[in-house]
Amino acid sequence: MIEKGRQGRDVLLIAPTGGGKTLAGFLPSLIELTERAPRNTPAGVHTLYISPLKALAVDIERNLATPIREMGLKITAESRTGDTGESRKARQRLKPPDILLTTPEQLALFCAWEGARNYFADLSCVIIDVAHAMWPNKRGDLLALDLARLQRFAPKMRRVGLSATVNDPDLVRRWLGFHRETPPPVGEGTRSVGGGSLTTQPTPPSVDLQSTPPPQGEDLMDHTVDLVLGAGGAQPIVEVLISGGKVPWAGHTAEHAMAEVYQIIKSSKTALVFVNTRFQAEFAFQELWKLNDDGLAIALHHGSLAAEQRRKVEAAMARGEIRAVVCTSTLDMGIDWGDVDLVIQLAAPKGASRMVQRIGRANHRLDEPSRALLVPASRFEMLECRAAADAILGGHLDGEPARTGALDVLAQHVMGCACSEPFALTALYDEIRTAGPYADLEWEDFETVVDFVSTGGYALKSYDKFRRIVPGPDGLWRARNAQTIQRHRMNVGTIVTAAVVNVRVGGKRSMGGRKVGEAEEGFFEQMKPGDTFVFAGQVWRFNSLVGTDAFVSPAADKDPMMPAWGGSKFPLSTYLASRVRAMMHDEREWAALPADVQEWLGYQKLRSIMPGEDELLLETFPRGKRFHLVFYSFEGRLAHTTLAMLLTRRLDRMGVGPLGFVANDYAVNIWSLKSMEELDLDELFAQDMLGDDLEAWLNESFLMKRAFKACALISGLIERRHPGEEKSGRQVTFSTDLIYDVLRRHQPDHLLLRCARADAAAGSLDVGRLGDMLERIQGKIRHAALDRVSPFAVPIMLEIGRERAPGDAAGEMILAEAEEDLIAEAMS
Amino acid sequence: MSTLSFNISDCGGLKIEIFGTRATLRHSGALWLEGHRTLVVADLHFEKGSSYAARFGQMLPPYDTRETLDRLERELAALSPATLVFLGDSFHDGAGEERLPPEDRTRIAALALGRELVWAVGNHDEDGPRTLPGAVVDEAVIAGLTFRHEPLHGDQPGEVAGHLHPAARVTSGRASVRRRCFVTDGARLVLPAFGAFTGGLNILDAAFAPLFGTPPLAAALGRGRVHAVGWKSLRPD
Repeated sequence: MIEKGRQGRDVLLIAPTGGGKTLAGFLPSLIELTERAPRNTPAGVHTLYISPLKALAVDIERNLATPIREMGLKITAESRTGDTGESRKARQRLKPPDILLTTPEQLALFCAWEGARNYFADLSCVIIDVAHAMWPNKRGDLLALDLARLQRFAPKMRRVGLSATVNDPDLVRRWLGFHRETPPPVGEGTRSVGGGSLTTQPTPPSVDLQSTPPPQGEDLMDHTVDLVLGAGGAQPIVEVLISGGKVPWAGHTAEHAMAEVYQIIKSSKTALVFVNTRFQAEFAFQELWKLNDDGLAIALHHGSLAAEQRRKVEAAMARGEIRAVVCTSTLDMGIDWGDVDLVIQLAAPKGASRMVQRIGRANHRLDEPSRALLVPASRFEMLECRAAADAILGGHLDGEPARTGALDVLAQHVMGCACSEPFALTALYDEIRTAGPYADLEWEDFETVVDFVSTGGYALKSYDKFRRIVPGPDGLWRARNAQTIQRHRMNVGTIVTAAVVNVRVGGKRSMGGRKVGEAEEGFFEQMKPGDTFVFAGQVWRFNSLVGTDAFVSPAADKDPMMPAWGGSKFPLSTYLASRVRAMMHDEREWAALPADVQEWLGYQKLRSIMPGEDELLLETFPRGKRFHLVFYSFEGRLAHTTLAMLLTRRLDRMGVGPLGFVANDYAVNIWSLKSMEELDLDELFAQDMLGDDLEAWLNESFLMKRAFKACALISGLIERRHPGEEKSGRQVTFSTDLIYDVLRRHQPDHLLLRCARADAAAGSLDVGRLGDMLERIQGKIRHAALDRVSPFAVPIMLEIGRERAPGDAAGEMILAEAEEDLIAEAMS
Repeated sequence: MSTLSFNISDCGGLKIEIFGTRATLRHSGALWLEGHRTLVVADLHFEKGSSYAARFGQMLPPYDTRETLDRLERELAALSPATLVFLGDSFHDGAGEERLPPEDRTRIAALALGRELVWAVGNHDEDGPRTLPGAVVDEAVIAGLTFRHEPLHGDQPGEVAGHLHPAARVTSGRASVRRRCFVTDGARLVLPAFGAFTGGLNILDAAFAPLFGTPPLAAALGRGRVHAVGWKSLRPD
C-alpha cells in the first residue's frame, strides 16, 4: 500500500475483516504528512476519509488519535458528520484539518459550496471505507459523482477503496476509478435538434475530443485502479445446526432450536446472533430470555431501537460485559466489538457474501479461524444453509449486478455543481462521465436532466422564467439566486427513509412519554388499539397513533398477538439459488443432509418429480375445494411476489378464477376455483408478461407512488426542508401522490416517472431477476399433474394459514391439525 | 336548526337538505342545487404548481390547472348548470391569473358560455380574477343560502363555505383511508377543496370546532360515490 501511495496509484484494497485494512489505507497519508515540507500558507485538506456510517467516522477519528499522539506527529484528524456542532464546522472551513473524516452526504454538501475548488485544491488522497457496501446503490452514485468533481479540483488526488472480500472486484474498481474521457456514445447525428430547452447550444463533445490530441499532464496518468489483496485469514469454521435431529417443515424463526442455541451461547464467550428481520430479532430475544435461567447478559440490537439504547449495547459489548447480542444487519459492518468468538445465524442467511461479512464479525484476529453456526428454520432453508456453508468454504460469493447511475441522483448533483460555481455544459458532461456509474451516460439523458434541474423538464414550457439554473451571456450555467442555493443545501442527500413513527410510552391523555424506539408507519396501521406486540424486547399494548407518535403502554401479556413475520427481508441470492437447485438434483449431495430432509427429498422424487438443474418444476393438484398451482423457482420473495401478481392477472383472463397466492423465497403457490392442469404453461409463463401486464399493474401500484416520492425528494422536485418556513398550526398535507397522479396523466414520459419505474422494477419487484428467470425456463417447465399435495409443496401450503392468524391460540390449533393432515397426505 | 337526513342518488351523490334547500353532494367534491341549476365548487387553487416555481424555484408539474379543469368540465357536461359559483381561493395567489398558460385561460373563459359565473373571493385571491368573465363578490345569496369563502364562527344557518379543505380519516377494522369530504350539520356546509394540488385538513382539527354545536356528518368522496361517515368512525391523522 505504501508503494502504491508513493506511485500515486488508485488502489482497491480487498482484505477480510481484522486485517488492519483501515490502518493500511491511512499509512501512506500519515507518511506523506510527516514528510511534507513546512510552508507559509495554511495547507488544505490532505486526506479525505469517507464512511457510510457517522459512527464509523467518529470511531476512526478516535483510532487515529492514539497513534498520532503516541508518535508525536503534527497531524490533525477531525470528523465532520451531520451531528458535528456548528462552531466546529465553521472552524473546519476556515482551518481545514489534514485528515477529514466524513460521510457521502457531507461530501456532497462540500461540493455544493462556493469555495469547494480552493478548499480541496491540496487534496492528495480520498479513502473510501466499506466500499463493497457503498457502491451498488444511489449513495454510491452520488459519491462517484463527487469523486469525479474532487478529481477536477485536485488532479493529483488518489482514490483508495477499502473493501471486504467481494465476488467481482472489477465492479467495485469500475465504480471507484476515474474513467478516461472517451468520446460519448453518440450515433450519426442523433443529437435531437430543438428538442431541449437548453438555450446555449454546446458543441458536440465528441467532435472536440476526437480532433484534439490527448490532454496533457494529469489526464495522461493511467487511472485504472490497482487491486491489492490482503492476506486471507484463517478458513472459517462453518457448521449447520440440526437441533434434535429434526428440521421443521416450514417457518422463519427457528423456534425449535432455541434451547440448543441457548446452550451454545452459554458455552461461548460472546456470541452475535444474526437474524434477517426486526421481528425475528424481537422473537428470538424473547425466546432466549424465557430460557435464560442463568441470567446471561443477552442484549438486542436493531435499527428500530432508539439510538441511545443501541449505543448502550455497543458500549457494553466493547467492555466485554455481554454474552450474546441478537441483531439484524445493523451490526453487519464496521466497528470492532470486543471478543466475539461465535456468530450464530438464525434462519438461512440468503446470501453467501452477507454471511461471510457476518462471520467476519467474530474473532478479529487473522490467524485464528472465525466460528459460525447456521440454524435453518425449515427444510428448504436446510438446503440453503448447506449450500451457503459449502460456498463459504469454497470461497464462492454472490455476484452483484452491474449498475448504471440513477438520473434523479444526477439531477441533485448537477444542482450542487451550479451552487458551487458556474459550469459549462460540455465540461460538466465530460466530468460526469469520468465517474464509473455514469461512464456511458448519453448526451440526451444528460440534457434531459439539466432541463429538469432548470425548469422541471415539462413538455408545457411555462417555467422558463423561473429557472433554477440559468445560462449566462458567457455560456456558463449558474444557480438562479442565493435562495435557490440555500434551499438546495438544506436538502442534499440520497437516503430517503420509510415513514417512521416514534414509539412512545403513553395513553390518550398522557402524551409525550419516553421514546422506546422507531418503527415503520405501516406496522401500526395494521393494528387496532388494544393489540399487543413485542418491541425492544418487551410486550406492549398499542394505544393510539397520533401524528408521528405511536403511543403504547407496557402489557402484562405473556402471549402477545404478533404481527405477521413477512419472512426474510433479503431475497435469496441468485448464486445460492442455483446451488440449491443443483444440490436437489444431485443425489450424492443428499448424504450431507439430515435424515428427515433426505427422506423428504426421496418422497418428492417418488410422488412427484425431482427437476433437473436448469428445469422449473411446476405441480398442479386439488386440495379441498380448490385447485393449486405450485412452482419452485428459488428466485427470492420479491421476484416471486411480482411473478405471482402478474400470473394471477393472466389466470384471471384465462378464466380459471384465481383466488389468492402466497410467495416465499423458494416457491409460489396460486389457488383457484377451476383446475389449472390443462393450461398451456409456456403461454402462461411467456416473457411478454413483463411488458404491458407489468406496466398496467405498476401504474396503479402503491410501489410506484413510493418510488416516485423517493425520486422526487432526491432530485429536488419536492423539498423536505424550507428555510424559515415554520409549519402553520394546522397541517395541510400535500402529498406527492397528488403530483404523481397529475404527472402520470399529463406527461407519462417525464424523467421522474422514468426514474420511479426503474427503481420500482429493480428494487421492490426484482424485475431484472424475474426476466432472467423467464428466459432461462423457456421450454424447460416440467409439469407434474398430481392428485394430492406433494412433499415439496407442504411448506408453502402451510404458509397460507400462517399469513392470516399468527399467535392466535385457536388459529394455532387449527394450523397444527392442518399441518399433520397435510404431511400425512404427502408422505403416505 | 334543520334535521339531518340524506340518501344516495343515482349518480353516487348524497342528497341532503341544507337549511331547507335540497342539494346533492357530488363525488367530485362539487355541490349541486338542482332546483336552482347552480353548481358550487370551492378552493380550486388554479396555478398552485406554478406558484411554487415562481416563489421558491420548486418546479411542480404545471398541469394542475388543466387537471382541475378536466374535472370541472365533466361536471358541467353532466349537469349543464345555469350558474357556476366559485367559493374563493380559485387562484392560489394574486398573480396566478397572469401565469395561466394561454390554452388554460381560454378554457376557463369558455366556462362562462351559456351560464353565469360568480367568483367569491378568498384569502389567496382577495381581488378575484381581473380579466376573466363573471361577477366578483365577497359573498352571494342564492336559494336562501349564503355563499362565502371562509366559514364564520358560531351558528351560521344557511352558510355554504370552503377554505378549510376538510378531509376525513376513516377506520374500519384494521384498515384506514383518508379522503376529502363535505362536513355538514344540516344547517351549514363546508365543501372539500376541488383543486388537483390541494391537500386536506383533518376534520377533527380544532379549526372545525367553532363551526358546529353538535357532531356533524362527514360525507367522504369515494370512487364513484359519496360515503356518509358518522363521527365515531373518524380518526385523527
